Amino acid sequence: MKPAAFGYLTPRTREEAIEVLSRYAGDAKVLAGGQSLVPLLNFRLTSFRYLVDINRIPDLDYIRSEQGYLAIGALARHRSVEQSAEAARECPLLPEALQFVGHPVIRQRGTVCGSIAHADPSAELPALLTALGGSVVLEGSSGRRVADAEEYFLGYLMTAQQPDELLVEARFPKLPNGSGFAFEELARRHGDFAIVGVACAALPDGSVRLGVCGANSVPFRPLKAETAAAQGDLQEAGRLAAADSDPDSDLHATAEYRRAMVSKLVERAVRHALERKEGNARG
Amino acid sequence: MAEMRTGHLEDALFEAREIACTVNGKLYRAMAEPRRLLSDFIREDLDLKGTHVGCEHGVCGACTILFNGQPARSCLMFAVQADGAEIVTVEGLARSPQQLTRLQESFSQEHALQCGYCTPGMLISATALLSENPSPTDSEVRHAMAGQLCRCTGYEQIVRAVLAAADSDGKGGEGGNHA
Ligand SMILES: Cc1cc2nc3c(=O)[nH]c(=O)nc-3n(C[C@H](O)[C@H](O)[C@H](O)COP(=O)(O)OP(=O)(O)OC[C@H]3O[C@@H](n4cnc5c(N)ncnc54)[C@H](O)[C@@H]3O)c2cc1C
Ligand code: FES
Ligand code: FES
Ligand code: FES
Repeated sequence: MKPAAFGYLTPRTREEAIEVLSRYAGDAKVLAGGQSLVPLLNFRLTSFRYLVDINRIPDLDYIRSEQGYLAIGALARHRSVEQSAEAARECPLLPEALQFVGHPVIRQRGTVCGSIAHADPSAELPALLTALGGSVVLEGSSGRRVADAEEYFLGYLMTAQQPDELLVEARFPKLPNGSGFAFEELARRHGDFAIVGVACAALPDGSVRLGVCGANSVPFRPLKAETAAAQGDLQEAGRLAAADSDPDSDLHATAEYRRAMVSKLVERAVRHALERKEGNARG
Repeated sequence: MAEMRTGHLEDALFEAREIACTVNGKLYRAMAEPRRLLSDFIREDLDLKGTHVGCEHGVCGACTILFNGQPARSCLMFAVQADGAEIVTVEGLARSPQQLTRLQESFSQEHALQCGYCTPGMLISATALLSENPSPTDSEVRHAMAGQLCRCTGYEQIVRAVLAAADSDGKGGEGGNHA
């Protein structure tokens, strides 16, 4: 199998990466772990005149605990985040969600930021970033900006990122001590993209945060369901989240089935998160 | 801002270039066009046919190699990305055809292969698992190998073979010479 020919660029710094992205804006695509982009190139579902390989920019490979959030650099692989002590301590919902992303070999190479930039509505990490109210840092020829998850994801594989912008960092808000959390997913086989997935954090102040994937063209926070969940009405939370979703039918599941699963999984995720929160409070 | 030197970014972007990489301990130099998949490079240009190609989109795992010590799908990488890298393919696991690794021996003993198509990827990912976790549990083996498809064995023998090669005394397993 052969992708269409492309020009291959290997910037050594992020400044160089941004320079070439803006020089070839629109014709150039970032290559990170390649676990989503290369399959598309191999089948010629897409092609780009230039690929900008960021794998030789070592400064982009970091996981840092900052004030209020965990910062994940563009080259941090799923697997490093999954095994990171900072992530386990500051945002344990992230390593938990990563267990659902592909398989160990895929996670060894794929990046957290790549999964966010790819913006597959069935992907786990965009739903998690949305649930927690996280953000991304974008750098382009016109400077640096921070975009909230909810303004970043625009549609199926579509984001607010400009063609000359590099996603340099994803910011996952820390879970305060005493939080409970859960990630629930329905997939055909473990490691497949979710048919429906739900991220849930039950915070010490009594509020509940939810993020749903697979039920809309973008990951979304079912706000009314969050309120019901905070009041302890789990069934109502499930029902409201299902009412807020707008799934499509495809070969894996009908829209009706997906909506039913949103309801079940929201209920289950909230129950699990609340149980863990209680466990934390006692322990 | 410091003066930017992006000259090296302009050179012959589309053209085949020479890349140098170490495969199974041996240094290779060969030409590769940017779009050349690493799997095809290994099989066709280096003539190492042990690495198999099934789906070419990351799903089957037959093409899995060790790339700088970590397992990776060679069908999802370009050969140009391997410039300067160290690679181990299935051919590099045994010291010689007479001296198989413990894992390879147990694949044979436990009947963990039939047609052999998936075997290179199975051996590489199990080698990576055992070097990170020398005494995995049954469920850890299943988890680690879940991304490797086999159409023949039904997987039970593969799981048994990996467990048989694992270290029951907890002293560190021998996955392969390079691991
Ligand atoms: C068999 C298999 C199973 C998988 N299962 C799942 C799954 O269950 N759930 C899931 O979420 N994913 C799954 N994936 C995809 C995997 O998580 C990818 O690693 C991830 O989606 C993309 O990350 P990447 O680093 O590989 O990005 P790439 O493939 O390199 O890039 C993906 C896209 O993002 C853009 N991009 C990447 N990084 C940046 C950046 N820093 N700045 C700007 N743009 C950028 C690229 O230009 C491209 O458009 C699977 C993949 C495979 C092969
Ligand atoms: S050929 Fe690479 S994963 Fe199937
Ligand atoms: S032995 Fe035939 S595919 Fe696994
Ligand atoms: S027995 Fe291996 S493919 Fe049929």
